[in-house]
Amino acid sequence: MTMTNSSSSKKQAQDQLETSEPTLKSLKTKMTKSDEKKKLKDIEISVPIVYGNVAFWLGKKASEYQSHKWSIYVRGATNEDISVVVKKVVFQLHSSFNNPTRVIEEPPFEVSEAGWGEFEIAITLHFHSDVCDKPLSLYHHLKLYPEDESGPLTMKKPVVVESYDEIVFPDPSESFLARVQNHPALTFPRLPSGYNLPAPMQVEDTGKKKRGDTKDHSLGQWFMSFSEADELLQLAAARQQVQAHIAKLRRQISLLEGQNQTIKTGSDL
Amino acid sequence: MGGTDAKDILGLPKTPLSLTQEKRPRPQKESHRKPDGISREVYALTGGVAPLMPSIDVTHLKRRPPPQEKVTWQWLAFTNSARKDDFQLYHWARVVNDVPPTGDYSFAKYNKSVDILKYTDDEYENLLTDPVWTKEETDQLFELCEKFDLRFVVIADRFPVSRTVEELKDRYYSVNRALLRARAQSPADVANHPLMKEPYDITRDRERKRALSMVLSQSRHQEKKDAEILAEAKRITEMRLAARRAEEPDVSANEKIGLDKADGAVPGRSVSPSSNSQLPATAVAPSTLTMADYASTLASLRMLHVYLRTYGLEQMVQAASSAVGLRTIKRVEQTLQDLGVNLKPKVPTKTVCDEHLELRKEILTLLNLQKQLQYKESEGSSHREGSYAAMPDTPKDRVFASDPFSFGAERPIKKEQKRKGPGRQADSPSPAHKRPRKMKASDL
Repeated sequence: MTMTNSSSSKKQAQDQLETSEPTLKSLKTKMTKSDEKKKLKDIEISVPIVYGNVAFWLGKKASEYQSHKWSIYVRGATNEDISVVVKKVVFQLHSSFNNPTRVIEEPPFEVSEAGWGEFEIAITLHFHSDVCDKPLSLYHHLKLYPEDESGPLTMKKPVVVESYDEIVFPDPSESFLARVQNHPALTFPRLPSGYNLPAPMQVEDTGKKKRGDTKDHSLGQWFMSFSEADELLQLAAARQQVQAHIAKLRRQISLLEGQNQTIKTGSDL
Repeated sequence: MGGTDAKDILGLPKTPLSLTQEKRPRPQKESHRKPDGISREVYALTGGVAPLMPSIDVTHLKRRPPPQEKVTWQWLAFTNSARKDDFQLYHWARVVNDVPPTGDYSFAKYNKSVDILKYTDDEYENLLTDPVWTKEETDQLFELCEKFDLRFVVIADRFPVSRTVEELKDRYYSVNRALLRARAQSPADVANHPLMKEPYDITRDRERKRALSMVLSQSRHQEKKDAEILAEAKRITEMRLAARRAEEPDVSANEKIGLDKADGAVPGRSVSPSSNSQLPATAVAPSTLTMADYASTLASLRMLHVYLRTYGLEQMVQAASSAVGLRTIKRVEQTLQDLGVNLKPKVPTKTVCDEHLELRKEILTLLNLQKQLQYKESEGSSHREGSYAAMPDTPKDRVFASDPFSFGAERPIKKEQKRKGPGRQADSPSPAHKRPRKMKASDL
């Protein structure tokens, strides 16, 4: 088993602690710090996520204070497990709920509740320590009622509102890069040629941890799919039109410049 | 006192017995007590009583300190040191305690004159001969200079041979310079003389006067256009300075030349060469400025260590719009909508966001070019007709009319109906046909 520099030095540092040899230990801890702090330029890791809510009308079982059953969640855009990056997610619900601050420390990162009102939910993502110290906040307006207000409410089809976004880490640390290389939940950047990452640290307790992906999620059938293809197509077409128009205007301007010049030299001012 | 009216309205008995007794003595007091100096109404305003503060007695106001001395005015003779003869004139003089005023006539000090250097014939032979000027003329010039205190306009008028003011000045100053140099003990002595430090340059003077006369004879229309061009030049220099400060781009020689031309041209040369060289620069300048903005936005995003891509795109869009006004931003958004593009991408992946940003930048360039074209058009028509041309159109125009079926039915920019003649965009068919045209491949 090959051990990375960081992991081996960490282990040694821990051993040193136990055997209490102060001089060597301080040296080793210094080395780990510098390794972890080493960051690369112009390399970003992005994690595509989808966040939103699914809400079912309770129909016959609806009461005055609980007309809908809803779930608010954050998931990987392709339903992959984002816990490789995300340590915990805090959902801040409306103050009328019991314990409105819901901390979810394991995937799937979601909260299910029953209620009657629509309100804004603050979703704060906390990352692992080698990923990022700062949390990131998202905001989602809980939607229970369909857009088309006139239509009848149905118990069968839920109201689904999801938003696509990407978490961008503009300057990932080496240890982060090493740990997540080849993980399907994120887009890994092209490393500069000749750059070698240390092999990833062994993950402990793989057997114990549940699968964190949402591929078999109970609500999976309602998840929206997001494809960049349509948007790219529309953008490309728009750019083409604009560029053609620009060329046309440039020609017109140079034409007019020529005309103005001749007029100027012709008349005496 | 107003209470009676209120009581009248209410229908209550006007005065109870007790009050009538109080009222009678009061009017008597009032008519006795009114002091002099303020009118009856004003006195009543203050409530009919004496003021709490002592007022200033009017007679105190215009008093002057009593004269300490005896002052009389007498008609006396006086002499003027500025006069060469002993002519005595008379005037009123302020005599204090029987002592007439001393000292020279007070206006004599204003009789200043210029020291004109006088040259000897030898000096003339050695230093001052000139192909264009004879000794006679030079002598006459100097005589007139002395007589008229170097007022060259008058001298030019009086000069027997017709010479321009600049020529006279040139001759006078060069003679003086030569004399100074010759007479000085050492060059250092003369070096500080203003004539040595800033010698008269006849060509520059001619040029300056010509430029001045052109500026003065400008019509109001010309003035307005010059002001516009100056404002644009200023804007461009500012943008360029900002760009240069932010990063070190290589400013192309063209841009520099354009700028210099603009500075030199404004005092009166023809406007179009400078505007020609400037306008391509305006297309370049916005992009150099925003490059700096993008760099700083990217840097600030990096500082966050983590951010959402939608947030990142917002920041970059703001950076792109930082140099333009709200109206332009609205036009960009309108254009995006017309093109069928979401203002905020629904699937903001890296590629989508990059493309979106590029599209916005291109739309900005497009709007810029439209504005340029409109300015050019109005410039062209004004030169021809001399009438005040139409202002650039309001942003009601839309480049891409929203049309779901065709990919861009385009309406030509609105023009003034008055304009006749050939000064039109070459590719619009004719003035009568202003139908929207679909973009064809042949247009490219």
